[in-house]
Amino acid sequence: MENVMELEAQFQAKIDRGEFIEPKDWMPEKYRKTLIRQISQHAHSEIIGMQPEGNWITRAPSLRRKAILLAKIQDEAGHGLYLYSACETMGISREELNHQLHTGAAKYSSIFNYPTLSWADMGAIGWLVDGAAIVNQVSLQRTSYGPYARAMVRICKEESFHQRQGYELLLSLCRGTAEQKAMAQDAMNRWWWPSLMMFGPHDAESAHSAQSMQWKIKRESNDELRQKFIDKTVAQAEFLGLTIPDPDLKWNAERGHYDFGQIDWEEFNNVIRGNGPCNKQRLNHHVKVHEENVWVREAANAYAKKNAKKSETLVA
Amino acid sequence: MSSNDNQFPLWEVFVQTKSGTPYKHAGSVHAADKEMAIMNARDLYTRRNEGNALWVVPSNAIVASSPEDMGAFFEPSNDKAYRHPTFYVIPNEVKHI
Repeated sequence: MENVMELEAQFQAKIDRGEFIEPKDWMPEKYRKTLIRQISQHAHSEIIGMQPEGNWITRAPSLRRKAILLAKIQDEAGHGLYLYSACETMGISREELNHQLHTGAAKYSSIFNYPTLSWADMGAIGWLVDGAAIVNQVSLQRTSYGPYARAMVRICKEESFHQRQGYELLLSLCRGTAEQKAMAQDAMNRWWWPSLMMFGPHDAESAHSAQSMQWKIKRESNDELRQKFIDKTVAQAEFLGLTIPDPDLKWNAERGHYDFGQIDWEEFNNVIRGNGPCNKQRLNHHVKVHEENVWVREAANAYAKKNAKKSETLVA
Repeated sequence: MSSNDNQFPLWEVFVQTKSGTPYKHAGSVHAADKEMAIMNARDLYTRRNEGNALWVVPSNAIVASSPEDMGAFFEPSNDKAYRHPTFYVIPNEVKHI
């Protein structure tokens, strides 16, 4: 017991010195569990996040836009895989991670349970959803677990393309016909609030925050990150000529930040509990594809085994 | 549903950014065999010209030092200051050394 307390003290001291924790280092069981929960949730979000955008690949308005969208979705797959890879260094298998997603034991970001109703949504997702993700991920580049921090550095390098292509897409719509501009405004109206919810509950109500800050898993609080996102997004919306759907949004010179209205946490909790517009569709799709592809994995394994045997006999 | 799940063995990926530079660990991939491993590594870690050469190594083939005996393990290099050039005092008049 004393030994564990001593180890925990050394662990905290290491974090306080600003050092990173690596896979083989001793760590408290709760640190490991918290990180597996957070990194896997992050990974699942990237993977499930491919679906709402995949919805528009065949209907992209030009070859240029189609190629961009495909590249972006491929990046999301890549980001999911970087994160699974980081998560697996904590001693959990990919099979178990999949299982947790399929049984609902692991969550993914509730933003991906909203439908993508128009082409303008591809712009709004890139600009707002990826924009919010960037604010969070930039902060996580300094998270205390080495493999997670390294995955974040890689992701942040690629994420800027996602946001800029989304903004450019919306800019084209906003400079287009009245119908196109209205389409952009409609997307803004639907994606603004869910994007703010991506940062999670207010600090006072956040279940895991205090411990995660002490362990430097999180480096900035939910509310700080949300404020950062709002402050940098307002001027971008103004440039597009779009109205942010919040009558209480206004500059507060005293705070040096924008004030904003109440977030509908009931909606947030409802979507997390599984009652969002697309929860069932997203998960069912993942399970279905996973099951339909069993034969591919079996065939690849059989082929690998056969070849391994062949090279064995050649050597002998 | 996951009882028959098999996500293939794990491989560690090393990328060389340009010729002449050392290979650097990038992360890992799952693959059934070495051909699939190197293709997956290409798709995952070099989508933006991050490298022009790759190594993939089965993760279980890697041997790592353990952090518990880090102190003792690397101790032999601690008391050998004479291995560093700054250990030697050379008069200022002597140039190019």
